Amino acid sequence: MSQKKFSAPGSHELIKRPEAKKTVVQDKTYFLQVREHPWLSLTSFIVILLAWEFVSRRGWFPPLFLPAPSAILLEGWTMLKTGLIFKHVLASLSRILLGFLIACTFGVAVGILIGFFSIPEAVGNPLIAATFPIPKIAILPLLILWLGIGEPPKVAVIALGVFFPMVINVYTGVKNVDPLLIKAALSLGSNRTRIIKKVILPAVLPMVFAGMKLGIGIALLLVVAAEMVAADAGIGFMILTAADLMETKKLMVGLITLSLLGIFFNWLFQKLEHLFIPWKQ
Amino acid sequence: MRVLIDHISKTYTDRKGGRTEALQDVNFAIEENEFVVVVGPSGCGKTTLLNIIGGLLRPSSGRVIIEGGRLDSKPHTAIVFQDFALFPWRTVLKNIVYGLEEQGLGRSEQLEIARKYVTMVGLQGFENKYPHQLSGGMKQRVAIARALATDPWLLMMDEPFSALDAQTRILMQYEVSRIWEETHKSFLYITHHIQEAVFLGDRVVVLSRRPGKILDIVRIDLPRPRTEKLVNEKTYFEYVNLIWGYVKDQAKEALEEMA
Repeated sequence: MSQKKFSAPGSHELIKRPEAKKTVVQDKTYFLQVREHPWLSLTSFIVILLAWEFVSRRGWFPPLFLPAPSAILLEGWTMLKTGLIFKHVLASLSRILLGFLIACTFGVAVGILIGFFSIPEAVGNPLIAATFPIPKIAILPLLILWLGIGEPPKVAVIALGVFFPMVINVYTGVKNVDPLLIKAALSLGSNRTRIIKKVILPAVLPMVFAGMKLGIGIALLLVVAAEMVAADAGIGFMILTAADLMETKKLMVGLITLSLLGIFFNWLFQKLEHLFIPWKQ
Repeated sequence: MRVLIDHISKTYTDRKGGRTEALQDVNFAIEENEFVVVVGPSGCGKTTLLNIIGGLLRPSSGRVIIEGGRLDSKPHTAIVFQDFALFPWRTVLKNIVYGLEEQGLGRSEQLEIARKYVTMVGLQGFENKYPHQLSGGMKQRVAIARALATDPWLLMMDEPFSALDAQTRILMQYEVSRIWEETHKSFLYITHHIQEAVFLGDRVVVLSRRPGKILDIVRIDLPRPRTEKLVNEKTYFEYVNLIWGYVKDQAKEALEEMA
């Protein structure tokens, strides 16, 4: 019979070959596993701050160049109490928000238009390709010439800066919509306008958020630059005047405010993304 | 009502001017409440044919005529695509009501119809899941329910189960057979799977490989409702062998061409 051929499961363990070399198989992907070090992130941050504090207190650097973190914090607290900082943050925020809103509206609209229809694409694509590479801050003098020195040129330069990443993202998003979904919608009775509303828009929503995240960084950059050119309020103005008056602590508070604003906006967009795109895990 | 596929040919021209003939003079009709299966080797223009009938592609010559078409605003045809084509941002129930929204039905009416088809395809309890949370078989059920909910006269399915595993596929074949019995609609079912074609069809249209021509239209005289027992019957095998005879040479040629 064939009993010898088919041994019972596990019986190979019984075969003892002491002379054979044994190699244990290793997991070759081990280094790819994501290991999180939450404590390391926090402690290193604190250690750097403490080192900074130590260096400043020992007087290795004059406080005019490098004030201690504690001194900066104290200055920030005073500015909070007097309400001085709110004036500047509010001025900058209102410019960012207005410019950002204009840019998002036009960016999404133009992106869908040139992504979906061939004639706007033929007209718009070379225009965008030609204007996109210009650093937006270089356009500011022209905008001031056109719009005066008040709020409009500042808002406009932010709107311009955010418009481009938005329009390019949305355009790419429209181009990458699965044509099968459009076919499915057509066969279910949608017409072209309905397809834009019910297929294209939800499909590009993740790209809109990607554009917003890129855009907010650009908006922060441009608002500061614009306020340094001509303004009487705003974080950029505050930083510049602090530097002129050698108020290094105040200058540092401005930088920290910008960092906090950036972190806040990232957090906000993350939350909004989860809220508006529940179909992505 | 019936659909006449009237001498359809389709030639694709690529950017360099190269021409590929996908379909050549395909001519047949789909009768009321009939289950027609189109079978053929890969690359025989099956999907092209389905897109032309569904109004998603223009034929190079010939036309598709709907005789005695409906007078209401509902579509004549609905398609179940090979890759499901579910809207990822819509839940199961929202996917199913899509076509009903386009028909302008009221909210409560939409839900009532959708619930009926959720039950028919066995998706109860999954109404509020997103497509990415479903298995392949579940997704295809949603696609079938979505197409049926529009109340089409002709339901077309493009290799609907090719992405499923063999076991799920067999179960889904039974499901389709049952749904066809329940709905009294005309079905046009596209597959390269011969057993599936014989199991499901009233008639099987056998296409040659590119350019797709009709080799034969085989009438399947097997009792309805079709059940598991059928696949053990002699006549079933005879039909399978007959169609395999047609397809075999085509498939061989294709294989040799690839090598």
